[in-house]
Amino acid sequence: MSMRSELSKVRGLGSAKSGTEHFWQQRVTAIANVPLVIFVVWFVIAHLGAKRADVVASIQHPLTAIVLILAMASILWHMRLGLQIVIEDYVHAPALKLACLLANIFFATGLFAVSAYAILKMSFGL
Amino acid sequence: MSDSKPKARPLSPHLQIYRPMLSTAMSIFHRITGVALALGMIGLAWWFTAASVSDAYFGFVQGFFYHWFGRLILFGFTWALIHHMLGGFRHFIWDTGRGFELKTVEWLVRANLFGSILLTILIWVIGYGVRA
Repeated sequence: MSMRSELSKVRGLGSAKSGTEHFWQQRVTAIANVPLVIFVVWFVIAHLGAKRADVVASIQHPLTAIVLILAMASILWHMRLGLQIVIEDYVHAPALKLACLLANIFFATGLFAVSAYAILKMSFGL
Repeated sequence: MSDSKPKARPLSPHLQIYRPMLSTAMSIFHRITGVALALGMIGLAWWFTAASVSDAYFGFVQGFFYHWFGRLILFGFTWALIHHMLGGFRHFIWDTGRGFELKTVEWLVRANLFGSILLTILIWVIGYGVRA
């Protein structure tokens, strides 16, 4: 006999109260990553051994800056979700697990802030 | 709730019990490449940051990645990226409920492995072509 209420069953959110949200976000960012990552790879190849001025000139095109920021957002969000699963699978000590999960969120957010700031700075010609 | 002491229950068999298979290896590779890519993202953020700082600092970072060791990191990053992306396509196919027949799975994991190697080499050929 199930101990779950009818409402809980119909919401289908499970004990973690998030249901398939994590899975869904993983797939949404995975799909977004395909064109965005191809763009980043192309961008890096196009600037192999380039002078700084060339990179800045490319990023000063609004579309380039916007797509690069979108790429960093999508990639790093996907990265945060993936690393979270790895931590949950292998780190079992509660305090250490919590510390790792927090560090993961701060790592992804920090990398995004640093990259987005750099891209915007170049885009605005500062 | 009479006895809360953990009992010595039988555990379900884990990785070491099963015969190693290419599909197992590809599943593990997908995870390892994902973690490696996370480390690689530090490099990408570093590159963007350097480009926003100064000519001298950007020259230093470009030089770091041009060095044989930097190129080795970039080559590994390229392969991990392509392998993880092709592995993602495999998961997209599986998400639709298709491709679970053993023959198809074997074909998919082989396509994943060989495709990632071929595409990585192709990207580097293009890279050297652009650079030259």
